[in-house]
Amino acid sequence: MPRPARPLSPHLSVYRFQWTMALSILHRFTGVALGAGLVLLTWWLVAAATSPEAYAEVRRITGTYAGRLVLLGFTFALIYHLCNGIRHLAWDFGVGFDLRTARASGWVVFLAAVALTVGAWFAGYAIRGH
Amino acid sequence: MVAFTLPKNSKVGPGKTHAAPPGASNVRKFRVYRWNPEDGANPSIDTFEVDLATCGPMVLDALIKIKDEVDATLAFRRSCREGVCGSCSMNIDGTNTLACTKPIAEIAGDVSVYPLPHLPVIKDLVGDLTTFFAQYASIGPWLRAESAPPQRRERPQSPEDRAKLDGLWECILCACCSTSCPSYWWNGDRFLGPATLLQAYRWIVDSRDEHTGERLDYLEDPYRLYRCHTIMSCTATCPKGLNPAKAIASIKSMLVERRS
Repeated sequence: MPRPARPLSPHLSVYRFQWTMALSILHRFTGVALGAGLVLLTWWLVAAATSPEAYAEVRRITGTYAGRLVLLGFTFALIYHLCNGIRHLAWDFGVGFDLRTARASGWVVFLAAVALTVGAWFAGYAIRGH
Repeated sequence: MVAFTLPKNSKVGPGKTHAAPPGASNVRKFRVYRWNPEDGANPSIDTFEVDLATCGPMVLDALIKIKDEVDATLAFRRSCREGVCGSCSMNIDGTNTLACTKPIAEIAGDVSVYPLPHLPVIKDLVGDLTTFFAQYASIGPWLRAESAPPQRRERPQSPEDRAKLDGLWECILCACCSTSCPSYWWNGDRFLGPATLLQAYRWIVDSRDEHTGERLDYLEDPYRLYRCHTIMSCTATCPKGLNPAKAIASIKSMLVERRS
């Protein structure tokens, strides 16, 4: 009798979600988001170089609630990726591999990213007024 | 390749339930992954109600009790029952560890027991570690030296150099770390994985080994070494409390340093 194909043991579906793992996925995810965000940035710059009408159109779209939500996401992606990049830089110097330190530095990075994102938007609204 | 879901033949279905014997006073449910290569069916989860009042403290004790008293066909590896052989590694309560050193009391609620993740299953909790050990063999895990050893004695090593092996020699190759690593899940055919890389570092830093350059050459590869993205799952799960992530970072840093 031919041997049946061996099943693959469960992985993602059974593995307990861990903080360091979650932040690693978030780092990859924000990296991809930044790639997509560059298209938006290009769109904005091209519009600015094209005509006042094109620029006004971009402003109108990015000013909608959906547009602002995308911009908020882009801001967070940029800041989180930057902060976690510094964490990776420390690792590259061999610093912070102790499990407790790695979890703690993860919290520092995550909270710093949230705080800096909120701060950037507060500053933005304070300067623009609306 | 990244595949978040299981192939069709690996989807897990419901299994049998074995009720606790009458008079059981302290019942815990063990939900155990089962797959029998002989019946052609998909894997399933069997539920065993175990009376902890008549069972040893560790998860391995419960598995042995199940095999002895309820279902003799349950397959799992075990040997030393004291955390030095690395045979009974499996996924317990969501993380990889040794069944023999994992107290049942540490687990809240039902105890889920799966084979090590993302391996071809041979039977029940026994995963196929052929690739894992082939990768280990590929790093030449033995002392390689050209110079003649001293007469009638071992190669000497200073206490300082010997201390560099601490946190490395304790690895028992249970594969808990490698099979906890998402990078190893997706690229396990080309990425060597944390266990093999920690072992590689164990020989790289050994002052008596004279093949450091060749060892580093072998690892300087986008897949073998650099699929490690410091996810830290390996260090989080190691039942011996070792730090494969740090060992891998040390290799990376040696590769940078030797260029300058």
